[in-house]
This record gives sequence, structure tokens and C-alpha cells, in this order.
Amino acid sequence: MNNDWKSYQPLLVPAIPDLHDISVYEKNNGYQALKKILSDAKTWNPANVINEVKTANIRGRGGAGFNAGLKWSFMPEPDGKPRYLACNGDESEPGTFKDRKIFEFNPHQFIEGAIIAAYAMQIEVIYVYIRGEYRPFVQKLQRAIDQAYEKGYLGKNILKSKFSVEMYTHMGAGAYICGEESSLMESLEGKRGYPRVKPPFPAQRGLWGRPTTINNIETLANVPLVMNHGADWYLAIGPSTHPGPVLYGISGHVNRPGVYEYPAGMNIMTLINEVAGGVRGGKKLKALIPGGSSTPPLRADMLEGVTMDSDSLRQAGSMMGTAGMVVLDEDTDMVELIWRISYFYDHESCGQCTPCRDGTGWLEKTLRKIKDGNGEMRDLDLLLAICYRMEGRTICALADAAAWPVRYSIDRFRDEFEKKCKKTVYAVA
Amino acid sequence: MADTYTFDAKDLAEIKKITDKYPEKQAAVLPVLWYAQDKFGHTDSSVQQLVAGTLGVPEAHIRGVVSFYTQYYENPMGRNVLDVCTCLSCQVCGGYDMLHYIEEKLGIKAGETTPDGEFSLQSVECLGACGYAPMLQVTNDKFVNHLTREKVDKLIDDLRAGKQPEFESNPMPQHEKGS
Ligand SMILES: Cc1cc2nc3c(=O)[nH]c(=O)nc-3n(C[C@H](O)[C@H](O)[C@H](O)COP(=O)(O)O)c2cc1C
Ligand code: SF4
Repeated sequence: MNNDWKSYQPLLVPAIPDLHDISVYEKNNGYQALKKILSDAKTWNPANVINEVKTANIRGRGGAGFNAGLKWSFMPEPDGKPRYLACNGDESEPGTFKDRKIFEFNPHQFIEGAIIAAYAMQIEVIYVYIRGEYRPFVQKLQRAIDQAYEKGYLGKNILKSKFSVEMYTHMGAGAYICGEESSLMESLEGKRGYPRVKPPFPAQRGLWGRPTTINNIETLANVPLVMNHGADWYLAIGPSTHPGPVLYGISGHVNRPGVYEYPAGMNIMTLINEVAGGVRGGKKLKALIPGGSSTPPLRADMLEGVTMDSDSLRQAGSMMGTAGMVVLDEDTDMVELIWRISYFYDHESCGQCTPCRDGTGWLEKTLRKIKDGNGEMRDLDLLLAICYRMEGRTICALADAAAWPVRYSIDRFRDEFEKKCKKTVYAVA
Repeated sequence: MADTYTFDAKDLAEIKKITDKYPEKQAAVLPVLWYAQDKFGHTDSSVQQLVAGTLGVPEAHIRGVVSFYTQYYENPMGRNVLDVCTCLSCQVCGGYDMLHYIEEKLGIKAGETTPDGEFSLQSVECLGACGYAPMLQVTNDKFVNHLTREKVDKLIDDLRAGKQPEFESNPMPQHEKGS
């Protein structure tokens, strides 16, 4: 990776003043990808667009890293009845604050990407689900959508073609679980956000029982890049197994926190020390949560040579998640930290599945006991046993997301946990 | 009490615009609850009844939705609601210090409302402003970032005087000149 990053020019959120305004976006090559497709619908029929996006291997930026084009190809043949695209702007995984940059600074690139996705999957209605706490950002996106309608990029017969699509925003109201794709659909249908049992998958039965694709906002903002420059060009940015630009949200104990855009596969220590200005106060680095609260924390000594892409992070013992990196200095109390993460998941569990509803509660209670100095050594075994009973046994992945940070932290910071536990002495009767 | 809350013709026209976005009326439950909360300040049982009647959705369903999502106020709140983030990045960057400072300053605990009805205070989960910690959100709207005691003092004075915070833009550091 060396020093190439220093000359990197952002592609998802370029440094162009007022780019959120449609006329500025148009002047900077905006809506060209859409025009190119619609003006040459023979070359760019839906199947070819899907293939191009699939070849580009845009890994989903919502957390799971699934190839976007491949996901699009799961949509069944149109049958004349409605089909939907749901764009996921729930952005609630602690440590994640990147999609809001797109809403604020470059909403049209996302809108253009979503329109192209709708064209490729022959969809006529797009919903953009945004967390309720982002109300000011919903308003910003709505203004951009209104502009796109005025200019004929949305609505009936887009750019005088046969293609029509509507785009609506839908605001959540405070529930992390609604970022899970099937919960998001329930919420869009006006219900409590209870995740659905899969299968059937959304492409078979999604919103109102109709074929639906769910993509993250940043994922869709990558689409115009691929269609403008081609899959090969895109694949050359970062590692080809996990290519393209990434919005890295860096927070915690660094001198210059914020969202930075660089190619995927950036060296983690470069991001912490050079991009974000190093650990603040001259402190030593203790640990990193690489991709949002559910991704297992890595100790500083585990970060040597590790890069921000799914393969490298998997080998290191964690995951890419949302690339929301939380940097922790030597003074961080890992027990307090993990307790607070468990508190979060306990608060956010929707309560449908017993292992999750009860498990998140017991993790929180047990960790609270330990952090308050009342823990016993056997509580650590209890925590691991609870994790084991949660993982892979529930309707959605929230239970796993809650268990991983606990399981891996006990393993990686064991002495810190033990120090807070009294020894348990069993009397031999 | 229920009849103190009504939607007038203008409201109903707005609600029609909302329901038109969806193939069925139930899908409008969240946005219409938002609309009602903007108008009445909360979504207590009388407001829930009104929304249920307007959309033709069972009241029990509306109650279920209101109680599932944290941003709907099931009971009237203070005129200003301060939601202080204490989760993850805010936790490690002084979120709890800010929460405790505000508790002391207002003389209430998180989850309470001041006797004059001016402020409600809550400790909340991640609001998606991790790089700008510690931070809080004012009444489901503007984010106030990089909190310090001085900034909190000023915010509370402003809010008492009826002045809402401005939108704070947090540019990408790469975009700023000289970096
Ligand atoms: C508990 C939970 C919460 C999630 N929250 C989000 C979220 O806030 N935003 C998001 O884009 N994806 C979230 N996801 C992932 C979505 O289910 C889905 O995989 C994603 O939106 C698909 O888009 P992508 O393939 O473009 O990444 C969450 C998943 C789980 C299990
Ligand atoms: S795993 Fe948890 S959040 Fe997911 S459906 Fe089950 S109870 Fe709900």
C-alpha cells in the first residue's frame, strides 16, 4: 500500500464545495453514468449493468460485505407487479457515522447509484430508510431528491426514456435493530421492527411480500463510479478481493477523529497514526475496534501489518464491519467498555428470541457485577457459556453481534477481567 | 380528553401526501406518528387514538409501535429534551462526565424532567456522531457536538431563552485546507 494514499483524491465524497447542489454535481460529471446507461440501453440492458457491478465486486458497506451485483442478480424475473429497493441509512452500529457524510456532502451520487440499481433490477419504487435521529440529514437528502425530480432524474420517463422510478424517504424513530434488513422492512411497513425468519429471503419475499433488495447508502454511492469508469478501473482501487473507496469513521482516542475516505485495504497503523494524527495526549495504543461495536476488539500488538479489508481483518481475528474504527488508549478500562457495549445490545434486542432476549440481559448483568467489583472468577466462564448459547441460535445476527465483543475481549484482555474478579473458593465439604 | 387532539384539514392533506407514498395505509404509521408528535409534542394514548382513527389501524397496533421506538414520547416531556450519548466513543471521550454535569446543573437525574417543565434529560445509545464526542441531541433534532462544560452552559442558557441550536456541519478533515 506504501504511500499512495497521500495523493488519493476522494471519490465518494470529493472535496468540491456545494457538491450537494444538483447543478454543482452535474458540472462534476454527475448523472453521467445514468445518462450513459439510458442513452445506450442496448449495450446497457439491465443484465449487463448487473454484470458490470458484479464484476466490480462492490462489497456491501453495511457490515456483511456481500457483493452488491451478486445480490442484485438474486432478484427474480419481473412479473408486472411491484418490486422494491430499500436503501439502508439506519447507521446505528456504535462507532459508525459515515453515511451521514453522503447525505450532507454528496447525496446525488447516492441517488444516482440507487436509480441505476433500480434500473438494473427493474424496480419502480425506492425507499430510503434513515434513522430518526438523523432528522437534519433526512431533510438534506429530501432537498436533493426534490432537485432530482425537478431535473427529471426521478419520476416518470426519466430523461425521456421508458424507465420510471419514484424515491421516498422513510424516517425511523429510534431502534438499532431496524438496520437489520428484515427488521427494516417491517419498520417500513409501519410495524415494530421484528426481524423476519429467513428464508424466504428479501429477493423472494420482501416489502409487502414482493421481491426487494436492501443495500447500504455507501454501497449504492459506489455504483456511479463503476458505471462511469468500468469494473476494471474500480477493481484496481485497493485489494481486488475487497476493492474500492471506503469511508473510514475514526473515533475515540485520536488527535484528529472524523470520517476519511481512502481505498479499501489501508494499513491500520497508518490510519491511526498518520491519517488521524495518532493517539491523543501522547498515550500508547491499547486496542482497536475495527468496524463498529460488534466487531471483536484487537489488541495493539495484534495490529502489525493488518489492513482494512475483510481478508486481512479475518486473519487478524476480527471483521471489517462498517469500517467504524474506535481507537482506545492505554487508560481504557476494557471491562467498563465491554459492559457498555453489552448494555447497548441488551437495550436494542427486539426480544423475539429467548437466547438473545435473555442472553443480552445476562451478559449485561454479569459484566455490571464484574465492573462494580463484585465479580467472581467463575463469572468469566458464565459469560462464555452465555455467549455460546446465543451464537447462531437466533432469528437475526444481533445475538452474535452482542456475544462476539464479550467472547473475544475475555480472551484478549483476560488479566483485566480477572483483576476485577475475586477468587472463588469452593470449600471441600 | 381524546377530543382535545384533532387533525385539521391542512393536517389531513399532509397525511394524505404521506399515505400516498405507500401501497397500504399501515406503512404510514411511523411518519404519521412523527407528524403528530411534531404538532402535539408527544404521542400519548389520546394521540395514539387519533392516529389509529385517522389511518384506520387498530389502536393496539399504534401503541405497540410507539412503545417499540425510543423517539416517540409516550408521555409529555419537558419543552427541551436533552439526549446525551454515553455509548462507546462517547463513553470513552467523556460522555458520562457531560451527563453528570448536566444532571448537577439541572438538579435532576437522567430520565427526569425539571419541575418547571423546561428540560428533560436522557442518557441514550449511539447517535452516529462518534468522531465528535461527547455530544447530545436536542429534542430529536439538532446535534450539539464536542461538548464542554462551557458549551453546555451556553446551550442551556440559549434553550431557556427559546433559542434552538444551529445545525453543526462536521466536514471531512481531508476537505479542510492545509491537511
Ligand atoms: C443487528 C443488525 C444491524 C444492522 N444495522 C445496519 C445499519 O445500520 N446499516 C446498514 O446498512 N446495514 C445494517 N445491517 C446489515 C443489513 O442487514 C444488510 O446486510 C445491509 O444493509 C445490506 O446492504 P449492503 O449489502 O449494501 O451492505 C445490520 C445487520 C444487523 C444484523
Ligand atoms: S436475535 Fe435478538 S434482535 Fe434478532 S430477532 Fe432475535 S431477539 Fe430480535
